[in-house]
Amino acid sequence: MISASLVLFYIAGALTLSGALAVVLTRNIVYAAFALLVSLVGVAGIFLLAFAEFLALVQVLIYGGAIVIVILFALMLTRIEDFRDLSDNPQWPAAAVISLGVLGLLAAAIVGTSVRTTERQGVEFEMLGDTLFTQWAVPFEVASLVLLVALIGAIVLVRTSGGRD
Amino acid sequence: MELAHFQVLSAALFAIGMYGVLARRSAVLILMSIELMLNAVNINLIGFAAFVDFTDPQRALGQVIVIFVITIAAAELALAMAIILRLYRNRSSVNVDELDLMKW
Repeated sequence: MISASLVLFYIAGALTLSGALAVVLTRNIVYAAFALLVSLVGVAGIFLLAFAEFLALVQVLIYGGAIVIVILFALMLTRIEDFRDLSDNPQWPAAAVISLGVLGLLAAAIVGTSVRTTERQGVEFEMLGDTLFTQWAVPFEVASLVLLVALIGAIVLVRTSGGRD
Repeated sequence: MELAHFQVLSAALFAIGMYGVLARRSAVLILMSIELMLNAVNINLIGFAAFVDFTDPQRALGQVIVIFVITIAAAELALAMAIILRLYRNRSSVNVDELDLMKW
C-alpha cells in the first residue's frame, strides 16, 4: 500500500529531477531557465511534503520569482542570439563519470549510515521565528548586511556612465 | 515516506548539478547548475529537520540554515550576474573556456 504522500513525493521528485536534467542537457538557454523554474517549483513541493510551509513559500517567491527573472534579465541584456546553440565542453564524458561517481559515493554513504528517525514532523511558525530571531539573530543581521553589500557591489559592477571606463 | 527518499533525491539533484558545472560552457548555465546543487543541499537539510529526533528548540535549526542558504544564494546570483554582464561587455563572450586570462 503506497500512501498518498509518497505518490506526491514521487511526482514532486520527478518534476525536480526532470527539470534539472533539462537544465544541464538542453541546447537553448531560455529553455534552460524555464526548466530551472520547473525544478525549483518541484523543490518547493518537496518542502511542503516535509511540512516546511514557510520555506516552500520562500522558495517559490525568491527562487521561482526573483532568481529566474534575474537570469532571464541577464539573457535579455546580453544578446540572446549568441545563446541559441549551446555546446558543451569537450570534457563532458569526464564530467559524466565524475558526477556518477559522486552519486554512487553519496548513495553508499546513505545506505551505510543509520539515523535514528521519528515520524515526519513539521516546525511551527512560532518556533521557527523564535529560533531565528533569538538564537540566530546576529547571523541573521550579518546575512542582511551580506545581501546589501552584494547588491551595492552588483550595481557598481554594471554601472557604465560616470565611471572611470 | 522516509528520510532515505529525501537523501536519494538530494544526492541525484546534486550529481546532476555537478555534471552541469563541469560540462557546460556558458557561465550562465554553470550558475544555474550551482543553484541546483544548493537546492539539493536544502532538500537534505529539510529532510533531516523533518525526520530526525531532535529536542524541541533544535528542531527549527534545519529550516533556519535553509533560510541562510537561500539568502546567500540570492546574493551570489546577483553578483555573478553582474560579473557576467561585465564580462560580456568587455569580451563579448561568456564561454568559460575562452576566459583564460590567468592561465600561463
